[in-house]
Amino acid sequence: MITVAIDKSAEDARPWIEAAKPTHPSLIDTTHVLADLYNLVNVPTILWIDERGRIVRPNDVAFGTDTFKHITGLQAVTHLTALRAWVRGEATALPETRVRALQSLPTDTDQQARAEFGLGEWLFNQGRTEAAARHFARAGELAPHDFTIRRGTMPMRGIDPMGPQFREMLGAWVKAGNPYYRPLAE
Amino acid sequence: MAGTKFTVIDGGRATEVDETEGVALAKRAEASGRPVAVDLDERATYLGVSAAERANALSSLEAPDFTLPDLDGRLHSLSHHRGKKILLVAYASW
Repeated sequence: MITVAIDKSAEDARPWIEAAKPTHPSLIDTTHVLADLYNLVNVPTILWIDERGRIVRPNDVAFGTDTFKHITGLQAVTHLTALRAWVRGEATALPETRVRALQSLPTDTDQQARAEFGLGEWLFNQGRTEAAARHFARAGELAPHDFTIRRGTMPMRGIDPMGPQFREMLGAWVKAGNPYYRPLAE
Repeated sequence: MAGTKFTVIDGGRATEVDETEGVALAKRAEASGRPVAVDLDERATYLGVSAAERANALSSLEAPDFTLPDLDGRLHSLSHHRGKKILLVAYASW
């Protein structure tokens, strides 16, 4: 297992990592390297990668516990059972054609949003907070489905990512008929 | 203004160049199909990676390699774990 915290700084992720005392690599991604490479638009996102370095389960939503089950409707046991069977060799992962069919690939607009995020993130670290916020806002307008941008940049814009502005954003998104989490359809 | 410094962030690395050169680099990247964010007031540009390049890599099903630090700043690469099944988990404090 490799975990990656998509956070503005190592310090934001530190309490969780120190509490979990992981024996696996537990990494920090402040510049959205992983989001860009794998087209991540929200967390948690999991992928299965086999011994040959091939993606055998594309971006999926799965939780390790049932802490948020009352909100998400997703049970941890579903993914954990499938994962154990795959790791033990009792079940194969998805065939390549199925992986490709389930993959979501980035559009030009998604990548433009990531460039705006990248500039904003750099400006933020130069102390150019207001300029950074303009680029984060632009990125969010370009990719309204990308919550690594819309919610993930809230701590860099002085907004509580669990607070009323998040709930308002989420409410509008869901009301418009869009899912916040998109688990694989299978 | 000639001589004014301009920051070009390319491949995640920031380099300072002359403003004329920075703007030219941004235009060239855009012309080649890359996503480009520019802030002339802040004199900085970010050159991203095209959707076509990312989509091609993902649909090859070869897991894109990355190198990221842990809490102690030690770098880890996905490719170092070749030969093992990997559960890759992205999460966040938010």
